[in-house]
Amino acid sequence: MTRPLLELDHVTLAFGGLHAVEDLSIAVGEGEIVSLIGPNGAGKTTLFNLITGVYAPTSGDIRVAGRSIAGLAPHRIAGLGVARTFQTLRLFVNMSVKENVMAATYGHTSARMWQSVLRTPKARREEREVNALAEEVLGFFSQRLMGYRWDQPAYSLSYANRRRLEIARAMATRPRVLLIDEPAAGMNPQETHEITDLIARLRDERGYTILAIEHDMHVVEGISDRVIALDHGQKIAEGSFEAVATNPLVVEAYMGRGTAVTKG
Amino acid sequence: MSTPNDAPPRIGVDEWVARSGERRDRGSGPSAAIVRALERVGWWQRLAVIAAIVALFPLLTSSDYAVRVGVNTLLLATLALGLNVVVGWTGLLDLGYVAFYGFGAYGFALLSSNQLGSSGIHLPSLLAIVIVVVAAALLGLLLGLPSRRLQGDYLAIVTLFFGQIFVETVTNVAPKVTGGPNGVVGIDPLNFFGLEVTTTRGYFYVLLIVTVVIMGALHLIDSSRTGRGWRAVREDPLAAALMTIPVNKVKLLAFSVGAAVAALAGTIFAAFQAGAYPTDFDTPFLILVYAGVILGGSGSIAGAVLGATVVSVTLELLRNPSQAATLFYGLILLTLVVRVRPWRKLGAVLAALVAFGFAVHAVIGAISASAVAGHPRSGGWVGDALGSWVVVPADPKGPGNIAFVVLILGLVALVQLKGTARTVLLVPLLYLAAFVWETRLVAEASITRQILLGAILIVMMNARPQGLLGSKRVEVL
Repeated sequence: MTRPLLELDHVTLAFGGLHAVEDLSIAVGEGEIVSLIGPNGAGKTTLFNLITGVYAPTSGDIRVAGRSIAGLAPHRIAGLGVARTFQTLRLFVNMSVKENVMAATYGHTSARMWQSVLRTPKARREEREVNALAEEVLGFFSQRLMGYRWDQPAYSLSYANRRRLEIARAMATRPRVLLIDEPAAGMNPQETHEITDLIARLRDERGYTILAIEHDMHVVEGISDRVIALDHGQKIAEGSFEAVATNPLVVEAYMGRGTAVTKG
Repeated sequence: MSTPNDAPPRIGVDEWVARSGERRDRGSGPSAAIVRALERVGWWQRLAVIAAIVALFPLLTSSDYAVRVGVNTLLLATLALGLNVVVGWTGLLDLGYVAFYGFGAYGFALLSSNQLGSSGIHLPSLLAIVIVVVAAALLGLLLGLPSRRLQGDYLAIVTLFFGQIFVETVTNVAPKVTGGPNGVVGIDPLNFFGLEVTTTRGYFYVLLIVTVVIMGALHLIDSSRTGRGWRAVREDPLAAALMTIPVNKVKLLAFSVGAAVAALAGTIFAAFQAGAYPTDFDTPFLILVYAGVILGGSGSIAGAVLGATVVSVTLELLRNPSQAATLFYGLILLTLVVRVRPWRKLGAVLAALVAFGFAVHAVIGAISASAVAGHPRSGGWVGDALGSWVVVPADPKGPGNIAFVVLILGLVALVQLKGTARTVLLVPLLYLAAFVWETRLVAEASITRQILLGAILIVMMNARPQGLLGSKRVEVL
């Protein structure tokens, strides 16, 4: 593994007596694509919420490029290069497609309100840059988010395009680590196939380090350098797709202990 | 691929479908041509043209009263612009907003009158305004602090409480300073470098400039980093935070900007009426500002101004019983035309209503002469026309009150019913509405104004939920 970019060091998150994540240690190397799998309620999305600062860990440390981010406010963590998409889409639905992306550059721009009102050279330069970035990022999805769609409200997009826009918006925050929550959920087979290619392109062309939650095992197999399986907030297996998929603990977590009777 | 504007997309392709809303809004014919022409010019040219037209208004009328209505309208418009930042863009339900208006008025009053010290404080107007507006912005920041943790209705309750604290404070806490219930009187007029603004027309122009400048500034902010931050926080605070937006800071800034705009309006208001009184800043006035923002279309700059204008002018028209009656019956007729379909049913309802009225009038007149002895309270041609149709007793107060309660119960019953029963009940209810109007409502102008404004809002929001100039919003997907 290359130098770890994202490290979770014995992280525990407790809600009262319930340990949603327990003593979890994960390291994701720079440029790696790691998939998180596990049954519903295993703590995958909770883990994303921990990394992005929605929750602060009860104990343990989270580091990005060696810098501790545990307990920082979400917008600070995002500013340090951690971006995510949401399993249940959370776009700014009443803003235009382009504005959705432009809004995500807030942390990397600094024009004050009065500078925007007076249209100072700095504010205008920033606005030009943000515009160019938004167009470039939207162009990543070939023609799907281009042209007339820029000015359309996000709610008017198709479901698949909304998923794409979520990724575009995350890209505009200039991330180093991209957390993708169930990118293929609700997609048809053709779109699922595209998503697999897209995630590979995100790493190869943009250099992102990617941690993805995914239930579709074809996607997991297609994208992952490494797979980590969670259950009850704990890591139960880690390694190549084949190794994890055949791991008895993983099979048990998905299927239950060997009580099922196989039909002859 | 971006299609040039002059080449419309092929019928049936994605882009054509996506633009169906635009085409429907724009339509065809001469009005659409005007809209298209307006769209070709930039926003600030449009603003300048409209401002120039509005600037002609005081020159075209010789009535000081009309210009005074104009001043009040511009004040409400400025307030609506500030509230739109907080509510329309950032999505914070701030019910203490009017307190900042009052703060501006009282702040200016104390810095420009004999109220404080032995000979009072008389700062130059510009200095006083800057001090008060900056102080209000800071106060907005302070009162915005709870908004960091509170959402939706919780924030509304806390801010409503702030609004009440303001009124209570200026009324009761330090009567020597704020004049208690009597307020502060003898406030200096606005004075810019020796140029005193003393006429109603003068204040109209000062406010027109202020409104236009604020509209321009807000437009630039809306399409900037700050504006996008505000709207992103409105749409989804959590997603906004995870997209590098410091949600708390952005919310506080919105509160602060809203407070500053309201305070600026307050300073001019205090100078205009040469006094500041606690009753000017109570909750009913807050409702008017909200009505303006919602009616115009929450989130739209031009909408806030248009909505405030509609509210202000409507309330003014309702002062006069004959105008109020025209508006009342007009509203009912309009609602019937829009809602009762097909037209044969509409015709039947109207015919039945006319016949019902004359029949009731004849029957009751035959039983007791005094029961029809009164004259409709609506003056003018409406009152004359209804003379022998609607029953007005010699002493209308008691029957009017009872009828009002029956009318409300009837309306409740009406919305429960379906089909023919509903249509049949509509006739006596409409007659009852006319009866209540002629016996009671017209006589209680101040209450009726509020009820009618509410009715107008309900009708408008049914017809166009996004407001006059607002764009359609989707809540959840």
